[in-house]
Amino acid sequence: MTLEAFADTIVPGEKRSPDDRAVAGASHGGGAVAAGAIELLEWDATGVHDGLDWFASALNDHARAYATEHGLAPDETVPPFVALGFEHRTALVQKLTLPGHPEKPLWVSLALFSNMAYDSAAHMHTADALAAGHPGLIAMGIERPDPDGLWRFPEFSYGRKLANLHPDTTSTGSPA
Amino acid sequence: MTGIERTDVLVIGSGFGGAIAAYHLAAGGAKVVILERGPWLTGKDFDHDFKLGSSYTRAFDFTVGDGMSILGGNCVGGGSVVYFAAMPRAPRFVFERHGSIGRRMWPAAINRDTLDPWYDRVAESIPISQQTWSDVPYAGGLWAAACNHAGRTANPVPAAIDLSKCVNCNWMMAGCRFDAKKSLLFTYLPAAVAHGAEIRPLHEVQKIHRTSDGGYRVDYDHIDGEDYRIRGESGSIEAKIIIVAAGAGATPVILQRSEDTLGKMPRAVGRYFSGNGERLNTAILNEDKVRDVLGLTRGDGLAYEANQIGKGPVVASWDRLDGSLPEYSRFSLEQLYFPPGLGTILAQVPGMDGISWFGKDKKEILKRWRSWLIIFQMTEDDNEGVFGPPPAKGNADRLSQQMLGLGPLKYDPTPNTLRGWAEADAEVKDILERDGIAEVAAWTNDVVGAYTVHPLASCRIGDDPETSALTDGNELRGHPGIFVTDGSSVPGALTVNPAMTISALAERAIPGIVRAAQERGVDVKYGAPAPDGSTSGRRGVQDLLPTLTRG
Ligand SMILES: Cc1cc2nc3c(=O)[nH]c(=O)nc-3n(C[C@H](O)[C@H](O)[C@H](O)COP(=O)(O)OP(=O)(O)OC[C@H]3O[C@@H](n4cnc5c(N)ncnc54)[C@H](O)[C@@H]3O)c2cc1C
Repeated sequence: MTLEAFADTIVPGEKRSPDDRAVAGASHGGGAVAAGAIELLEWDATGVHDGLDWFASALNDHARAYATEHGLAPDETVPPFVALGFEHRTALVQKLTLPGHPEKPLWVSLALFSNMAYDSAAHMHTADALAAGHPGLIAMGIERPDPDGLWRFPEFSYGRKLANLHPDTTSTGSPA
Repeated sequence: MTGIERTDVLVIGSGFGGAIAAYHLAAGGAKVVILERGPWLTGKDFDHDFKLGSSYTRAFDFTVGDGMSILGGNCVGGGSVVYFAAMPRAPRFVFERHGSIGRRMWPAAINRDTLDPWYDRVAESIPISQQTWSDVPYAGGLWAAACNHAGRTANPVPAAIDLSKCVNCNWMMAGCRFDAKKSLLFTYLPAAVAHGAEIRPLHEVQKIHRTSDGGYRVDYDHIDGEDYRIRGESGSIEAKIIIVAAGAGATPVILQRSEDTLGKMPRAVGRYFSGNGERLNTAILNEDKVRDVLGLTRGDGLAYEANQIGKGPVVASWDRLDGSLPEYSRFSLEQLYFPPGLGTILAQVPGMDGISWFGKDKKEILKRWRSWLIIFQMTEDDNEGVFGPPPAKGNADRLSQQMLGLGPLKYDPTPNTLRGWAEADAEVKDILERDGIAEVAAWTNDVVGAYTVHPLASCRIGDDPETSALTDGNELRGHPGIFVTDGSSVPGALTVNPAMTISALAERAIPGIVRAAQERGVDVKYGAPAPDGSTSGRRGVQDLLPTLTRG
């Protein structure tokens, strides 16, 4: 739940059900969680899979400190990071990923994979993800491949001269 | 005495620097072994797929440093397999640069005129196309039209692409499925193999030792073919000549790690690293303005929405490659495609103050991804990168099974570099925000530092032993018989894509390497034709040979 809330801070989505606490509901359409962030993070290929328990408990420690610092009322029913509102989650993740923060590389790697779940569906074959209506790839408007799973764009050019060449261009097409 | 394997020439890395050296030495008669840490992929291995474990991650190395991250090739053919194949020569003023040392940083013997015959040799060896406007994909056309609208010029860039085979799929970074990109897998490497060179993939070199007979021994580890964190057996090979060509992010690391066995390294090993002054901007186009202001339509009702279509960088603005401008104010601006993942994470929301590389507003601009146009700046940086102590193995502590690791490079941009970036940002804005065509924001440097696909200069040539690790013939100072021929030998930022210049310098180093091999008793001659047998490039360098083989 904590890591879902983290991924949802990176690419926010709409709540999966009215009582969804992890996803804050800050945006329309699916976000990183719906895109499969947890599946990707749990895959050993990422190298972060081993540390997920640590990530969750460290994030909750930071959240507890953040809540105290900002005088936020505790909510014991969910983990401390989940208890934070979306704006507070965002502020905390910004702080953890700022240059100079000792744990920055760790939180950046978690953010990277959360983002990749949404914008490249890195846990799925891209063609399958598109066929399955993956929320990130569809929202970005990624074109579908040809039936053999490869992309080709027969129409690709405005087909006309659109600028003058630099006057010092050499015969090899390089700058002089 | 021992059963240790021996060869004449051992080449570390199979990118431009390694492949060119391997070809010429093998063709000249030497026994050549190439050790390459990555896999050997061809044609059908190159997937159109972002799933981890596809060629998009197998063929790549992404090393996060402190202030600078490096993206490079990790396969047989090195960067040539994953690169965008733009192959311009460097402008004349580049060779006169002073950079951070207050005097000319290139060796006195090298300028554009003396390098041109070596560029010609490369151009004869790697088929390079000059693209017409009909070859230019929408994104390049859009950039050209915007430059023109702002009173600038714009050039289609020469590229090592067989345009008749290219389908503009924009999957170049995963390797070319259609054999359109003329990587080293089609040029120097098969020619080297035809002359008996052996390429060993998934062999990562760790360390070089001196042997009692004045030669060298190289230690390597086998790397698992799928999970690069897993290492197999280790082995060693002895050789009379060592060519280090592991790329500018890895070559200095191998040499630093070898200091206790080889002896003191020149001071400039692992210093003076340049990211080629790279920086990226994302423009988000206003489709109506593209149609109304620039007069562009695709014919299917759309004006642009073509971010996904094309072949990497195709059109560049060279107006600021003006030698009369002060150093650090000269740069090129190239339209580029970077796929999702690597090409989206660092983009920021135009017009937004504060942190915007993730979150709510970032998601909104991702929805307009089809209308993105990425502009790549190549500026003059200050060679401020320094490598810290080497990691235990390889050039990074690997995090993921492939691609992602943490490396020892530290890069703290100087005011000169920052000024160049600021001027380039302003120029991009001036061109693209004119009349509301687009909104532009630079990529953030706060996440993985600055970001380069053009690592250079970490073990550079020069005349001055204090500020250059290599002689002007690419030999490692104080370590005769060890040569460095990759991007780390280039003295500094080039303001254009570097592969052509890396290759020309490697070609130029060969006569001296052949001479050194002969002196070590290797039966080898200089003078191979281009890999396809053409000979005019060889004729073109004939007069330069005596100066390059002086003993
Ligand atoms: C996405 C992308 C796009 C690019 N586009 C362009 C472009 O359009 N034009 C251009 O000019 N340049 C481009 N470049 C840059 C270009 O690819 C590099 O400048 C070039 O490949 C550098 O050549 P090199 O010989 O220095 O090293 P590389 O080509 O990087 O080769 C080094 C090789 O050494 C191997 N290696 C590393 N460590 C070891 C070890 N310990 N043991 C054994 N092997 C090892 C690596 O796996 C690699 O194969 C691009 C780069 C990238 C990543």
